[in-house]
Amino acid sequence: MRPDRTPLTLLLIGAAILAVGPFAPQWTLFLLTVALAKGLVVLGLMMLLRCGLVSFGQALYYCLGAYAAGMLGRLYEVSGVFTLMLAGMATSAFVAFVLGFLLARYRSIFFGLLSLAISMILYGLLVKTEALGSSDGFNVLPSTLFGWRPADEWVRYSVLAVAAGVAVIAALAVHRYLGTPLGRLAPAIKDNEIRVEYMGASARQAVHVKYVIAAALAGLGGALAATTVGHIDPEMAYWTTSGEFIFITILAGTGSVIAPFLGALIFGIIQTVAFDISPNTWQMVLGASLLAVIVFLPRGLWSLFRRRKAA
Amino acid sequence: MHVMKRAIVAVAAAALVPAFAAAQDAPLKIGVVSFLSGAAAGPFGVPARNGAEIMFEMLNAGKVPAPYATKGFGGAPLQMNLVDESGGTTVQVTEFRNMVQRDNVDLIIGYISSGSCLGIAPVAEELKKLTVFFDCGTPRIFEEKSYKYVFRTASTATMDSVGAALYVKDLKKGKIKTIAGLNQNYAWGQDSWKDFEASMKNLTPGVKVATSQMPKLFAGQYNAEISTILGAKADVVHSSFWDGDLEAFILQAGPRGLFKRSTVILTTGETAMYKLADRIPDGVVIGARGPYGPFAPDNELNQWFSKTFQDRYGVPPNYAAYQMAQAILGTKAAWERAQAANGGKRPDTDQVIAAFERLTFISPGGKVEMAIGGGHQAITETAYGVSRKVKGKMTVANVKRYPAEMVNPPDGVKAEDWIANGFKK
Repeated sequence: MRPDRTPLTLLLIGAAILAVGPFAPQWTLFLLTVALAKGLVVLGLMMLLRCGLVSFGQALYYCLGAYAAGMLGRLYEVSGVFTLMLAGMATSAFVAFVLGFLLARYRSIFFGLLSLAISMILYGLLVKTEALGSSDGFNVLPSTLFGWRPADEWVRYSVLAVAAGVAVIAALAVHRYLGTPLGRLAPAIKDNEIRVEYMGASARQAVHVKYVIAAALAGLGGALAATTVGHIDPEMAYWTTSGEFIFITILAGTGSVIAPFLGALIFGIIQTVAFDISPNTWQMVLGASLLAVIVFLPRGLWSLFRRRKAA
Repeated sequence: MHVMKRAIVAVAAAALVPAFAAAQDAPLKIGVVSFLSGAAAGPFGVPARNGAEIMFEMLNAGKVPAPYATKGFGGAPLQMNLVDESGGTTVQVTEFRNMVQRDNVDLIIGYISSGSCLGIAPVAEELKKLTVFFDCGTPRIFEEKSYKYVFRTASTATMDSVGAALYVKDLKKGKIKTIAGLNQNYAWGQDSWKDFEASMKNLTPGVKVATSQMPKLFAGQYNAEISTILGAKADVVHSSFWDGDLEAFILQAGPRGLFKRSTVILTTGETAMYKLADRIPDGVVIGARGPYGPFAPDNELNQWFSKTFQDRYGVPPNYAAYQMAQAILGTKAAWERAQAANGGKRPDTDQVIAAFERLTFISPGGKVEMAIGGGHQAITETAYGVSRKVKGKMTVANVKRYPAEMVNPPDGVKAEDWIANGFKK
């Protein structure tokens, strides 16, 4: 058996980001931070996809996490970045725990559409809430690191460093989880659920647990995105946001816990290049690149790394 | 050796040239942000982009009438860096940062959605980049915070609702007992109705709200709402619908006689009036979010702008195009004022800001005063009129104009409080 190189690779990537960050242009730091936030959401989606479940409503937890962080600042002037992320994570995990009793019973298209419907309910509620700025949303307080705010030119780097640290920890944790018996049930649930039940495991429970973890990751990503971008609005829960996460999941592939972050970064780069070179038709460039990945790399970008290893 | 020497000279020259050119005639890179895709592209985004294209081209050629006859901004040619406004706030903040830090734009003019404006303003402040909003409506931007680097050259949406209320009161000579609303259930629709309702209650005491219908954005089907409004028999019906929703409403309400039964006021009706000329009966109150389009004053600048636009694109410029032109000309006025104060040399951002604050300038829509929001928010007069077809052509008749101070709150007063306190100066 080959030694597991994922943890070491993850740590090296994290260290590389920390080392290169101070010398990189400011706009790349922002791009990378947003990619890490989205990567966290996609990491959760990847776990669900391994069970054969596609959530068309993961934006629900992304938005919940962001609003939990934003509300803490708005109501109680809490600005500690770790507090905000914990709040986002906890809120999303709690809601997912409750909704999980319903959703863990469903599979395939029923699971997808039900999750989509719930995220659109949150969107509808937020748009009707004038106290929270309705569809315009509101600004999030500038975040602090244990009460300390770095100097202006170091803010972007600090946020990126926090994001990278959190992303590495989350990826390591998920990687570890995927190696446990409960985590290894995922492909089995995808292939044959009856067999899983005969083995004495509960597929519903396994799905429920994964659903909660995926939601917690999405909430974490949402809170991180909120403090990074500085503004939140209900569109974070809109179905197009969920669609974007699925887009990235397909782009990335489910081969490794590193894939979601790579996918989110590539997505961000394609999007910003498309915006730059063809402002009138950037969506077409994005769509074409997804088509190209589906046609040439049916297992996602990650298969590029796989193939090389096998060779 | 000789080669080496030549290389050194060439490098030195190359290093000197940009430094030299940057002094005066180096092009100014301006980020222009407008909806190029999605629902808001057709009625607002694309006309605004067209307005920007014409203004950039004509300014660079020095063909704009006085007082804007100088080329570019104070002699420096303008370069456009066009960005689509769709994709959500995260994308917009990312692209804003890219424009500033990657593409090194000198300033940014743009943003139609209030959500974009609210999200961008703190980032503009963080990056210390002069940013001019040209269209977005929410008064929250300068009410919730004060900004140094952010300006808005169009009046807020408050003006549209207050102007609408004043106009229907004049039109119906105060004989209004009940009002009804049909607005989209999102920030723009909610705020428009809230301000209109409060203004009506202030202007015509005792007025009752018969019904306020808030269907969801882009619902497309409004027959149930129209039935409710017809049943409510309101004297005045207010709607801030735009584009597809506005057209759907006009098409569905016309045959059912809503326009005959009630005085209907369409605050953004101007964007649909030419397209649906056959479907809009006479007597519908039409607004253009300010003195734009058919409400623009008859001066040389406006004659030039509407003719140039019409010749190029085959349609008259709508209010979004006017607002874009207004933002570009306002920035030009501030830029050149700062340049004059700087002894004719290219001004820096702080100098442009100092010249922009409390500036009064002329646009195709008339006089614009950067009077509120600490000198960063424009106020203009506004106008409303009723539709009237003259020989098959859509026009507005019975136009009434309301001076800027009458329809905009004074500096430092929140729009909501100003209306609630009876429009106190």
